[in-house]
Amino acid sequence: MYVAVKGGEKAIDNAHQLLASERRGNPAVPEISTDQIREQMTLAVARVMAEGSLYAPDLAALAIKQARGDLIEAIFLLRAFRTTLPRFGESMPVNTAAMQVRRRVSAVFKDIPGGQVLGPTFDYTHRLLDPRLGQSGDPAPPPRAEGAAPFEAPHVLGLLDREGLIERAPAGPDAGEAQDITRTPLSFPADRQTRLQTLARGDEGFLLALAYSTQRGYGRTHPFAGEIRVGEAELYFMAPELGFEVPLGEIVLTECEMVNQFQGGADEAPRFTRGYGCVFGQSERKAMSMALVDRSLRAAELGESAGAPAQDEEFVMSHCDNVQATGFVEHLKLPHYVDFQAELALVRQLRREWRDAREAPVESTTTRPSKGEAAQ
Amino acid sequence: MSDFPSYNFAYLDEQTKRMIRRSILKAIATPGYQVPFASREMPMPYGWGTGGVQVTAAILGRDDVLKVIDQGADDTTNAVSIRKFFEKTSGVRTTTSTPEASIIQTRHRIPEAPLREGQVLVYQVPIPEPLRFLEPRETETRRMHALEDYGVMHVKLYEDISRHGHIATSYAYPVKVAGRYVMDPSPTPKFDNPKMNDCPALQLFGAGREKRIYAVPPYTSVISLDFEDHPFERTKFDNVCALCGSTNTFLDEVVMNDEGARMYVCSDTDYCEQHRGDRKETGA
Repeated sequence: MYVAVKGGEKAIDNAHQLLASERRGNPAVPEISTDQIREQMTLAVARVMAEGSLYAPDLAALAIKQARGDLIEAIFLLRAFRTTLPRFGESMPVNTAAMQVRRRVSAVFKDIPGGQVLGPTFDYTHRLLDPRLGQSGDPAPPPRAEGAAPFEAPHVLGLLDREGLIERAPAGPDAGEAQDITRTPLSFPADRQTRLQTLARGDEGFLLALAYSTQRGYGRTHPFAGEIRVGEAELYFMAPELGFEVPLGEIVLTECEMVNQFQGGADEAPRFTRGYGCVFGQSERKAMSMALVDRSLRAAELGESAGAPAQDEEFVMSHCDNVQATGFVEHLKLPHYVDFQAELALVRQLRREWRDAREAPVESTTTRPSKGEAAQ
Repeated sequence: MSDFPSYNFAYLDEQTKRMIRRSILKAIATPGYQVPFASREMPMPYGWGTGGVQVTAAILGRDDVLKVIDQGADDTTNAVSIRKFFEKTSGVRTTTSTPEASIIQTRHRIPEAPLREGQVLVYQVPIPEPLRFLEPRETETRRMHALEDYGVMHVKLYEDISRHGHIATSYAYPVKVAGRYVMDPSPTPKFDNPKMNDCPALQLFGAGREKRIYAVPPYTSVISLDFEDHPFERTKFDNVCALCGSTNTFLDEVVMNDEGARMYVCSDTDYCEQHRGDRKETGA
C-alpha cells in the first residue's frame, strides 16, 4: 500500500465538483430554491443573519443552500461577504418600544399594557411528528382578531422603572461612539456595549450552554423573563448631508429583557438588575441566553463574586464566535507533519534515553533518584 | 438578488489594507511585540492562514512575485488553495522558486535556501502568544510582556531539563527578539529557529483569529531561549534525503508501506528539486 505524500490542485478541483454534486443530491428530486428556504426555513435564515451579522434574508437563504444546510458554514459564507462591504456609518438606535409586535410575553406580570401576545411559537405545541407535513398542502389560514390594529406595547421593565424597582438602563453610546467589533480588535476589560455586540453574533449553542450553566448554579443570577418581544422594528439612518433621519426599512428583531437578582447597600436601596439580549429575526432561545450571559458578565461591575465560566468576560468573549471556533478546531485537518516530525524525533530520543538509563548498570539503588525527586 | 459581488485587488478593500499596513509598521518598529489589529473575516476559515493572507494582501503589489508554502511544500492542498486565491483576486505572478519570490507566505517552515534583502516572509500564526500555554489570560500575558516578566517561561524550560535532561520543545520554540520581547516563531520546527536570526529578509507574522501582527525587521537578533549549561540545540537528522541526498535539511518521514518501510525526503520541495538538479549537473 502506497501512501500518497502530498495533495494537489487536481484533487481540490475534483473535490469541489463532488461537493457540488452532493449538495444537489438526487437529481430526480426537484432542486430547492432560495425563495423556498427564505420563506419556509425562516428560523434557519434568522440564525444565519444573526450570527452572520448581516440582515440579508436572500443572501442568508443562498448561503444555507450553498452550505447544504450546515448553518455554521452558512454563517461563515455570510460573514466573508459582509466583511467586504463598505461601512457607511451607523444607524440610529432602534426604538424597540415602537416595534410592530407579533409576539410578546412577560413572565413577571399576569397582564401588561398592550397585552400578552402569544404569536407564532412552538412553546405550547405537542412535539408529535405530524405525518401530514410529509405531503404538501397549505395550512388553514390563521384566525385574525376583529379590527386588529397596531397597538402600543411599552416595555414591561419600564413599569418597574417608574417605581425605581429596577436599575436604569444605561444610556447607549452617542452617535459615532459605538465601537464596531468588526473594525476594532477586542481588548480586555471590554465595556458592556462591546460585550453585547460580541454576544449578539456569538454561537447560539455556546451561549445556550453558558446561560444554562448559570441556572444550574455556576454564577447564579436569579432571572425572571421580564419581557420577550418579537416583531418588526424600523431602522433609521441619520444622513448628515440631509440633516434628518432617513428610514432604511424594517428588520425583524427578538428582544429579551431579564429581571435579575436585586442588590443594595448602605448607600443604595435594593432593586432589581437587568440582563439584555437582542438578535436579528425570531430567535428567543438566543435572545434569552444572551440576556442571561450579559447579566452574568456584569458580576464584577455589580460587586458579585465571579468565578463561574459565564462570569468570565475573557473566557466567554474569546470563545463564543463559532466561525473562529470551527475554523480553529477544524484546522487540525490541515497537514501538521513538520511539527509532528519534530515531535516524533523528540519522542524517539526520549524513549532511547529512557531505555539507555534503564539498561545502564546501576551503581547503587539508592543513588537513583525516584520519580518524585526528579520532578523537584 | 443583485449582481455578483466584485472584489478589490487582493480581496481586501484599500481602507482595510491601510489599517493592516499601519499595524505592520508598528510591529516593525517594536520587533517581537504583538500589535492588535482589526482582523477581518476572510473567505477561508480561521486557523487556515487568515492572518498570513491578510498580511500578504496588505503588502502585495502588482509587481510582486508570490510563493506560498505549507509544511515547506508548494503543492500541499492549503498552499495550493491560498496561491490560487491570490492568483484569482490579484493576478500577480506566482512561483515555487524561493530566490525568485518577493513575498513568501508560509505555514510551519522557513525555506532552506537563504533569504535575501528585499524579500518578505509572511508567517501564518495560530497562537501568537508564547506564554499562552503557561497563562491563558490575555490581560495577564500582556502585563507580563510589558514588565518583561518571562520567569515563568524559563521555569517551564528548566522543568523540561529536570524531567527529560534537556528542553523538550521541538517546535514553536520560544525566541527573544532584539533582546526585548519573547516571541512565538509560529509552529515552525526549532530546526528553523537559527534562520530567523540576523535574517536579511523582513519577517511578518499574522494571526487572524487572535487579531495580532508582529514582525522581525531585517538583521535583527532572534535568540532561542536556553541556559548557559543547556544551550539551544538544532534538531539533527540521522538520515539523508532519499531524493536529493541533502544532509542538512528538515526531512519528512514518508511511510512507504504497511510493513513500516520509511523514506526520508526534504520538506522543502523547491530546495529538494533545485538540489537534485545541482547534483545531476555536477554529476554529468
